[in-house]
Amino acid sequence: MTLARPRRPWDRTPAGEREYFDLLGEGLVVLLPPRQPSDSNAGGWSPPTGGAWIHLGSDGKVRAFTGKVEVGQGTRTALALVVAEELRVSLRQVDLVMGDTDLCPWDMGTFGSRSMADAAPALRSVAAGAREALLDRAAARRTAERERLEAMEGTVRVRGETQGVPYGELVRNLRELVTVGPAVPVTPPQAWQQAGRPAVDPNAEEVVTGRRTYTSDVRRPGMLYGAVLHAPLYGARLSRVDLSSVEKRAGVHLVHDGEFVGVAASSPREAHAALGEVRAEWEATPQPGEPEIEQYLRTHPSTWDDWDTDENRTGDPEAALAAAAVTVEQTYRTAYIAHSPLETRSAVAEWEGSRLTVWVGTQTPFRAREHVAQALEIPLEDVRVIAPYTGSGFGGKHGGDVALAAARLARAAGRPVALDFSREEEFRYGYARPSALIDVKVGAEKDGRLTAWVFHNVNAGAAALLSPYPVPNQKVDNELSASPIPQGSYRALAAPANNFARESAIDEVAARLGIDPLLVRERNLEDARLLEVLHRAADKAGWAGRTRQPGRGYGLAVGLEKGGRVATIAEVTVASDRSLRVDRLVLAYECGAIVHPENLRSQIEGAAVMALGGALFEAVHFEGGRILNPRFSMYRVPRFSDLPRVEVLMVDRKDLPSAGAGETPMIAVAPALANAIFDATGIRLRSLPLLSEGKVPTTESSSGR
Amino acid sequence: MNGQPTRVTRSPERSLLELLRFELNLVGTKYGCGEGECGACTVLIDGNPMRSCQVHTSELDGVHVVTVEGLATGGSLNPVQRAFVELGAFQCGFCTPGMVVRATALLRRNPHPSESEVREELEGNVCRCCGYARILSAVLRASEFGARTPPGDG
Repeated sequence: MTLARPRRPWDRTPAGEREYFDLLGEGLVVLLPPRQPSDSNAGGWSPPTGGAWIHLGSDGKVRAFTGKVEVGQGTRTALALVVAEELRVSLRQVDLVMGDTDLCPWDMGTFGSRSMADAAPALRSVAAGAREALLDRAAARRTAERERLEAMEGTVRVRGETQGVPYGELVRNLRELVTVGPAVPVTPPQAWQQAGRPAVDPNAEEVVTGRRTYTSDVRRPGMLYGAVLHAPLYGARLSRVDLSSVEKRAGVHLVHDGEFVGVAASSPREAHAALGEVRAEWEATPQPGEPEIEQYLRTHPSTWDDWDTDENRTGDPEAALAAAAVTVEQTYRTAYIAHSPLETRSAVAEWEGSRLTVWVGTQTPFRAREHVAQALEIPLEDVRVIAPYTGSGFGGKHGGDVALAAARLARAAGRPVALDFSREEEFRYGYARPSALIDVKVGAEKDGRLTAWVFHNVNAGAAALLSPYPVPNQKVDNELSASPIPQGSYRALAAPANNFARESAIDEVAARLGIDPLLVRERNLEDARLLEVLHRAADKAGWAGRTRQPGRGYGLAVGLEKGGRVATIAEVTVASDRSLRVDRLVLAYECGAIVHPENLRSQIEGAAVMALGGALFEAVHFEGGRILNPRFSMYRVPRFSDLPRVEVLMVDRKDLPSAGAGETPMIAVAPALANAIFDATGIRLRSLPLLSEGKVPTTESSSGR
Repeated sequence: MNGQPTRVTRSPERSLLELLRFELNLVGTKYGCGEGECGACTVLIDGNPMRSCQVHTSELDGVHVVTVEGLATGGSLNPVQRAFVELGAFQCGFCTPGMVVRATALLRRNPHPSESEVREELEGNVCRCCGYARILSAVLRASEFGARTPPGDG
């Protein structure tokens, strides 16, 4: 599973000095140096990308390296398909090495739907470069004209002939490094033979047989298990600690370094028992509870992490509002919600002298390396972070806190140490999607044309802040707030919150004017791709022919983010006891040329159900810096009984670059459901989660939290 | 354990899940919640699906335990496993061992369950990624293959 360790991480070593051939065997290596992306299709947010490299061995095996990680989103297979396509080999011949900081190109992290936008083009370039280099070698060797040669099924052959020379043979006794630029000619999507067609994950068997090694399954010789002390209340500081009874326990390794207290022992049970004997005193900071959260967020502006704020103004929104035929002014709210990845945070750390290896479930292995090296004051080159298969992340596994804790414990114990969070720790000491307030003011003409748009969000974030509706007079901005519980990234970031507010407000305009919600959107949207998914979804759902029945409602919403376009239509029934049944969700999605259709469909289906949880019932409850529902028995996630009929339409645009699909399919679900509930009951719900105690609230004030 | 006589130290404190993961190195069975709410740790005990985090090792004497590692016999996947692969019924796959074990037990008891019977049976198994529809389809597909009792699960 784990390849041998180079002298120094390859991203910190000049290309010519990397031991590609010593570690991987003789053959051909093609590399694309790091670059800044210029992909404007991505919706404005573009982290740097680290290039890629690929090794073709004399055994015919292809190893492609990317700093992205696999957390269940299917990137491994999709990226392998991209390589297989360009190199004209079968999917099974391609081994993708992911998320290993010693061997992979530097990468900012697996988030923001960047894998298809950044990593796929980079891998496509090196695979195409390898194919061209093989053709060159074959031409030189066969003394046949290069134009008459083609790469096919892992061989180079003369066009029209059935027998060719296998790649492995062409690179025998070779140790050649070729550098390519992003301009290397690649196969246009229209000519794809493998990508864009059904493909079975070649590694699926190890999943159903239990053989796949996830982070928490990593076992090392002599390994111990750790447990760490956490502040019982968010923001509390350790003031006194008495470790005397822990120190007496045999076989327990103890670390106390500033605020960090942790133990390692022969089993997790023993480690937690030892930790239970720590006597700690804490100095707490007062934190608001749920009733005060709105006031708190509005009065505690803050900057945090590396999140953006944005401010945009066009025309004269105030004057346009004053002149509008109809206005809607409302505030929309979202609760804190938890990612709840099924695998909790997990890390295994092992030292060999001064050099450290950490296996950790993280979406940002290179950031985790930096974090660990800085905290331990050791050279970056001495830290290897490996992100194995991880039991999902959803934006909740950024960083490397568990990696650092495991490393501290392993250093003290002189043996490898595993640290796995319990479910309760995952809820309490991870972070939540932020609670947010969004103030919206809309002005429109009588025919539904929008004339004024004022949109101010507090603490959601900047993703999908800008409206896809080209309103002439706009003021759009956001601010961030301090938080009484840990908050951070989440799948699709702020897009579900911003889109919930926006698409609810548009629906309110339609209702005020008595205009069909579809028509209001048609009157205002100009993006042809967005209109196409809207019409596809409407046709599939039978929007035009829908009939009015008591308690039944239809809701519609669109979204544009990270280069993807989505339209969602929800069909719901509200019973006389106000219980809600979601009968159907129709999602139409377009993200350019589709690389792995079945995986895309699966992503859309999964996003729909995950979004349904956040829309209807998920909420982290808190008081005084403590999370009150840190278990699956207390925090409800979607289950089989919540599964509606989900119908997915995928629009394949082979003429457009592939954008990501892990996030955008979720962003129109909450507003579609809120709009459907309004259609069914006349009650406009403006807070997520929409349901209260599992029922549709009778008034807005009793909804949600 | 998966058809092999296995001698273990029993304890009223230690759970079967701990025994599997930290002593017997059978790590296919997953920890998800520790309170019997997510189903990731499901195994068969004398053919019945049980949450191994809720089973104490002191209760294990002369019982047949089958974990996900014991479902495929003679190198061939059982019908549920085959259907999960064919339909791509997982994303991260962390819930899959529990899903597959429980669905295998269902099909042995009820070879042709209705859609609502499958939903009801798997209600206690959480999947955070794939949205459940594919899992449902896979179990129904497996019932068409004809689910057979894997040898060795008592």
